[in-house]
Amino acid sequence: MNEAAHAIDPAAVAAAPRPTNVLVVGVGGQGVIMVSKVLARLAQRHDLEIKQSEVHGMAKRGGSVFSHVRFGPQVWAPTIPVGEADVLVALEWAEGLRWLPYVDPERGTFIADTKRIVPPFGCTDRRRGATLAYPGTAVADVVGLVPHAYALDAEGMASELGNPRVANTLLLGVLSTVLDFGVGEWREVLAEFVPAGTVETNLAAIETGRAWALDVAARGVLPLAAAPARAPAVDVPTGAVRLDIEAAWCKGCDICVKFCPELCLRLNAERVVELTDPAACTGCRICEWLCPDLALAVRNVASPAEAPA
Amino acid sequence: MTALAIEHDTPLRAAAAVARPLTGNEAIARGAWEAGVRVAAAYPGTPSTEILESLATYPREDVHAQWSPNEKVALDVAIGASYCGVRALTAAKHVGLNVAADALMSHAYIGAHGGLVLAICDDPGIHSSQTEQDTRYYARLATVPVLEPADAQEALDYTRLAFDLSERFDTPVIVRSTTRLSHTRTVVRLGERHAPPPRGFTEDPNRNVIMPAMARRRRPFILAREQRLAEYFDGATVTRVEPGDAAIGVITVGTAYAYVKEVLPGASVLKLASSYPLARETIRAFCAAHERVFVVEELEPMIETEVRAMGLAVAGKEFFPRAGELSAEIVRDGFVAAGVLAPRPPAPTFDLEPLVRPPVLCAGCPHIGSYFPLRSGEARVTGDIGCYTLAALQPLAAMDTCVSMGSSIGNAVGMALSGAERKPVVATIGDSTFLHGGIPALMDAVYNQASITVLLLDNRTVAMTGGQDHPGTGRTLRGDATHKVDYEALCRAVGVNWIRRVDSYDLAAGRQTLREAMEYDGVAVVISDRPCVLDPVKIKGPPLTVDAAACTACQSCMNLGCPAITWSEETLEGRHKVQIDPAQCIGCAMCLQVCPTDGIGAGMNA
Ligand SMILES: Cc1ncc(C[n+]2csc(CCOP(=O)(O)OP(=O)(O)O)c2C)c(N)n1
Ligand code: SF4
Ligand code: SF4
Repeated sequence: MNEAAHAIDPAAVAAAPRPTNVLVVGVGGQGVIMVSKVLARLAQRHDLEIKQSEVHGMAKRGGSVFSHVRFGPQVWAPTIPVGEADVLVALEWAEGLRWLPYVDPERGTFIADTKRIVPPFGCTDRRRGATLAYPGTAVADVVGLVPHAYALDAEGMASELGNPRVANTLLLGVLSTVLDFGVGEWREVLAEFVPAGTVETNLAAIETGRAWALDVAARGVLPLAAAPARAPAVDVPTGAVRLDIEAAWCKGCDICVKFCPELCLRLNAERVVELTDPAACTGCRICEWLCPDLALAVRNVASPAEAPA
Repeated sequence: MTALAIEHDTPLRAAAAVARPLTGNEAIARGAWEAGVRVAAAYPGTPSTEILESLATYPREDVHAQWSPNEKVALDVAIGASYCGVRALTAAKHVGLNVAADALMSHAYIGAHGGLVLAICDDPGIHSSQTEQDTRYYARLATVPVLEPADAQEALDYTRLAFDLSERFDTPVIVRSTTRLSHTRTVVRLGERHAPPPRGFTEDPNRNVIMPAMARRRRPFILAREQRLAEYFDGATVTRVEPGDAAIGVITVGTAYAYVKEVLPGASVLKLASSYPLARETIRAFCAAHERVFVVEELEPMIETEVRAMGLAVAGKEFFPRAGELSAEIVRDGFVAAGVLAPRPPAPTFDLEPLVRPPVLCAGCPHIGSYFPLRSGEARVTGDIGCYTLAALQPLAAMDTCVSMGSSIGNAVGMALSGAERKPVVATIGDSTFLHGGIPALMDAVYNQASITVLLLDNRTVAMTGGQDHPGTGRTLRGDATHKVDYEALCRAVGVNWIRRVDSYDLAAGRQTLREAMEYDGVAVVISDRPCVLDPVKIKGPPLTVDAAACTACQSCMNLGCPAITWSEETLEGRHKVQIDPAQCIGCAMCLQVCPTDGIGAGMNA
């Protein structure tokens, strides 16, 4: 048969009705699942078919969390294909950036809290001059990449309402301007999901989010003030370090070996301290400060060449 | 044989059925309850855990639902109930069936007096497992049917059907789910509960007692059963042809069906309910009616291989990968590669810095304290499966091996007796993992006189899977108080004479005790004792703070890997000082013990 003639008519594929796709992302503990449940409930009230898919497991332990919500007259796959999310809602900035390729390049909307949750893995470089391993991408960098972008300091705005925990509801307020559900429905469904004592604040949050988004849409510009700044550059001294050991002064007490955070010291056969791995020494000076006999000293050297091999 | 209610005899639900959003796991539980399940037993394991948790929300009078210490015990409990003529269920993740496989193989011969269903959840893509394996191989190996629902509605319907098939064909039945199905919520129409009356135990040693003569006799029955099931699937409404274009036919099953429907609207589809035994005649007719036939299935080419062996030309794994989870994109790419779909314009790519955000131990997790003394590398540390496996990663990096549940102790025995390991050997194992598979290995260590240390991490829960109870917690699945395993007495009973208990948060005591244990000639057990900070109750004490003036930026505290500790903006000689996030810190004070400058305390600079 003729391989080049595609067996399935591309027009038929293109004409197939597509569900509404909302991808909700964030970090474990932020309430991603709650946000997606609210959406699913709204869709259920309209007798739409719904698929809400998430992967649990490692989520609790500070990892990335995501939930795919798809609704419409007919929904097949449980997950949203890349480039087909009508809306990407990010409760954390870097998580939003991670999932950006999912936003529909023709009509998609990106809604993100500019809140940054820095993982411990962002702070693992022990060397002098090390910078945070967190994306430096700012709001301004993203605006041109997706058809519609809303980035806001939702947590800050929520704090002004008296409860930073309603940040997610604020984002739902922004989302409510993008999807076709009535304002009243959002309020009703939300009231079902939030703790009884917080209904008022949550309703205020949804209003604030809505008003902010409508204002942005009306003016056609996104306020960039809320953009996360690049991590400040670290100054002085960024040069290499060298650990000098005065072997004759060491009495083998083992204090430095026990305290070295990098585990790069040991006592040799003569019970004298030695550096096992010069590259592992970060120059933190703990050994220098703790040695009762001043046998170790960290020196700043101008270039790595001066550091011992 | 008595005529049994089967799928087409009894309508599953009334016309005006109640509908409710359910995950695949909740739907399996609902299906089992509707089918009148009397006994359900399982050991937790992602993504299967919620099946039993959900069953435990149904009335006690309807169903006895329990946690067992491991998957084999759970299946044996279910088999016991089936012997008594009541419907029984076990649920497990794919690797759980490895543990229970021995009982399954035998039960395939014995057959189901009361319907017996195994709900097994595979984890394509290895979201949270040790391996990616296809449970459908077990179905073939044991010669038992496997039903593969595509969505939550089918998860409910097929589970009900599985009980009927089990009794009608005298066989255990596997319902195979996947992570995606188990954890996707859709609106499901519910039915009523129809519990068949218990049949009681039937005394028939020729059936109930597996022995060579009995097994030889049953073997032809099993092969005939396979044939009868294939015929059943050929005629059943769950085997469905959705006609379309005659040029392309797609044979599919389970979650793969949804991806095919998404990317090939209007294509001709043969949706199977089971990949074993196959509806062979339906497949033969389908292949004859289409020019090109594809098989789209997740993981292994089970259907494809068998269809090829039938002499039919189909395409499959050359276009759709064997490894990993399928998705609409992957299935689309396969059909593009096969020339069926036109290529799409490439999606825009963004040149953005990625952020690494792997899972980490919780702030104040007792496992941090248990492993911190082992960071030094003085010992060879065998590990096991649980939250604590994260201690293998930086910055703790205090675990050398991890194989399967309960392996740590046996591995340590082998290392200690190999004559090739000069460091003292320490086996580290969680409480639930110890009860699951560690006890026989501990016996082995004493019996064969290996000199090892066993560090038992007693956090009083199965934390990894979301905080379930086990025989060491003193509570059942339904939350009733019960006997609690006494670890010291248990260890003594198998012959361990050196047993110490330490507070996981006391780093100096942990280190000292482990040193003594490693010096001991024989089997030493150290029980590291602190509850998980997340389950069963969330623990939160007043947070500690860092005195920025005292902090010398040595970052010693960061070696704990507590996620509450990150860099602050302040630096000293170009290195970052640290800060503690008060929202995350639970006040365990482990960092305070590690800080060489007394820079951490309560309200230091607040
Ligand atoms: C055979 C098998 N069954 C179940 C699981 C799922 N699973 C992973 S770790 C774990 C138990 C962990 O409990 P515990 O040993 O107490 O450690 P914790 O997570 O509490 O630290 C379970 C059930 C598995 N990986 N393999
Ligand atoms: S859930 Fe419990 S055991 Fe697991 S990392 Fe958190 S505190 Fe530790
Ligand atoms: S006291 Fe220290 S180690 Fe414990 S949770 Fe707080 S920051 Fe983490």
